[in-house]
Amino acid sequence: MTETMSLGKAINAGLRKALDRDPKVILMGEDIGKLGGVFRITDGLQKDFGEDRVIDTPLAESGIVGTAVGLAMRGYRPVCEIQFDGFVYPAYDQIVSQVAKIHFRSQGRVRLPIVIRIPFGGGIGAVEHHSESPEAYFAHTAGLKVVACATAGDAYWMIQQAIASDDPVIFFEPKRRYWDKGEVDLDSSLSEAYPLHASRVVRPGTDATVLAYGPMVRTALDAAAAAAEEGRSLEVIDLRSLSPLDLDPVYGSVRRTGRCVVVHEAPGNLGLGAEIAARVTEECFYSLEAPVLRVAGFDTPYPPARLEEAYLPDLDRVLDAVDRTFGW
Amino acid sequence: MTDLIDLYERMAIIRRTEKAAQDLFLAGLIKGTTHLAAGHEAVAVGANDALRADDYVFATYRGHHHAIARGATPEECLAELMSKATGICKAKGGSMHLTKADANMLGSYAIVGSHLPMAVGAAWSATLRGTDQVAVAFFGDGATNIGAFHEALNLAAVWRLPVLFVCENNLYMEYTPIGSVTAVANPAADRAPAYGLPAEVIDGNDVLVVRDAVARAAQRARDGGGPTVLEARTYRHYGHSRTDPAKYRPEDEVRQWLERDPLTLARAKLLEQGVPEEEIAERDAHAERVVAAAVDAAKSAPDADPREAFTDVWADGSATWRT
Repeated sequence: MTETMSLGKAINAGLRKALDRDPKVILMGEDIGKLGGVFRITDGLQKDFGEDRVIDTPLAESGIVGTAVGLAMRGYRPVCEIQFDGFVYPAYDQIVSQVAKIHFRSQGRVRLPIVIRIPFGGGIGAVEHHSESPEAYFAHTAGLKVVACATAGDAYWMIQQAIASDDPVIFFEPKRRYWDKGEVDLDSSLSEAYPLHASRVVRPGTDATVLAYGPMVRTALDAAAAAAEEGRSLEVIDLRSLSPLDLDPVYGSVRRTGRCVVVHEAPGNLGLGAEIAARVTEECFYSLEAPVLRVAGFDTPYPPARLEEAYLPDLDRVLDAVDRTFGW
Repeated sequence: MTDLIDLYERMAIIRRTEKAAQDLFLAGLIKGTTHLAAGHEAVAVGANDALRADDYVFATYRGHHHAIARGATPEECLAELMSKATGICKAKGGSMHLTKADANMLGSYAIVGSHLPMAVGAAWSATLRGTDQVAVAFFGDGATNIGAFHEALNLAAVWRLPVLFVCENNLYMEYTPIGSVTAVANPAADRAPAYGLPAEVIDGNDVLVVRDAVARAAQRARDGGGPTVLEARTYRHYGHSRTDPAKYRPEDEVRQWLERDPLTLARAKLLEQGVPEEEIAERDAHAERVVAAAVDAAKSAPDADPREAFTDVWADGSATWRT
């Protein structure tokens, strides 16, 4: 059975399934209980699963994630909501110094199956701290798995797979796509659903490869639709997993198209696009007709709301980059 | 309850292990760093004697004494410091991260304050399961000025969790007198009332005083009375780390504290109890033999396999980064 629902509702439904499936799953975060979260992603879950399993915490990100570590050490599967991307930094120390390293340090004796959900990216008329894309900070750290969902169908299964994972997972949610509707396959299972750490071709094409994740997948698809009208065929790949990266399908695609453009909202300097460009160049050097190009946020703090449309990569900037690969 | 003479022996073993660590470091056999807890033995040994095997313990980078008090052997600790394959963390933790998960010693943490919320989480797990276990976070005076300390006290108080916050106040935040950078006289205890928590300043060099205070706090926590803050005043016999000679400490202060060495205090009490000097000497000799054997065993153990660094990054045991 499939059902049409928004991406936000799909995460809510996925969390509900996870709470139902495993009594060790606990949700914790600021305003997630009675209110249901500022984006209502946990709407109704405290009412149905109780205050012991869906917990309103104080505003204290280091304390929230640190507490989750203690719970996970003793067999629980905590899911922490960070209210906005920019609020994760007080917990950054716990995530990078402890969450990522305790399994290694304990020779695998202590597992930390923690999920840290972070609504990320701009486009909702918010400002600094509420519109950032901090994924590269986490993807840089061994011991953390980092994923970003882009559609309702993926969000529903990816959140469940992340919670079932024995590794800590940083789960990025494209907040401006929370209201985008999509088909959700409710009949699949954790093991049958598309793997958590695999990229996916979401639009086949022949002339250039466009890579995106999270909120930029739709932008890339829009660009591919516009390019098609001009007779150019773009292949769009949703990376889905940012650490580890699943690039084999990307290499296959680039060897066919000879052109590659990476798109993300995060600033370009040392972003995911830089790593991907390096690896694609290493693996596909003799197939490339042009350098791998990046379309990214600018290297500035996130701008005031009035300027964010100029800051965020859009259809035109993606198409412009594709054009440049043909002009080489 | 353990006899004082046995507590004395445990402290003596820790003392000699710390001395051995310092000697091995100076002999160039330990790479990295050490933060020795000589002088703090009564806190670890006294507290552990008041706890159960299923209680949870979290310690800091100055944590050798807690690992040993909790059952780690001097040999596996020294081997860890020397990067040997037989190290308690297979040489992947080092001096700052001694961990004995199977004894519920859930780690030593080198980021100051980070483990206080973890103890809150472990205590919470006990509450959720409906057991009467307690979690104990040991930390230094320096940790009381970092955010995680305050977040953890508040969380524990709000949820009334069975957690003990035990500050080892050795008067120095690394190289700086704690009093010169802290707004209150008792860095941990004076903050507790702000979170509605009971607190006590205790003599951290008297092993029986520590045991009594921890036993009372643990019982309160098991009975649903929530968290307690204990501030155990104690003193480092070595500097902050490595070869720090700690010249910044006034001579008088050092002398006064050395007179109150936890082993000296325990020995005096034993003599008062009528324990013969020979028996104490025999315990000292035993500690000496245990640690000498541990040093020999650690020295002759094989070096850790460098390939070990490429295991256990992920839950499947691998270090695979690219797929």
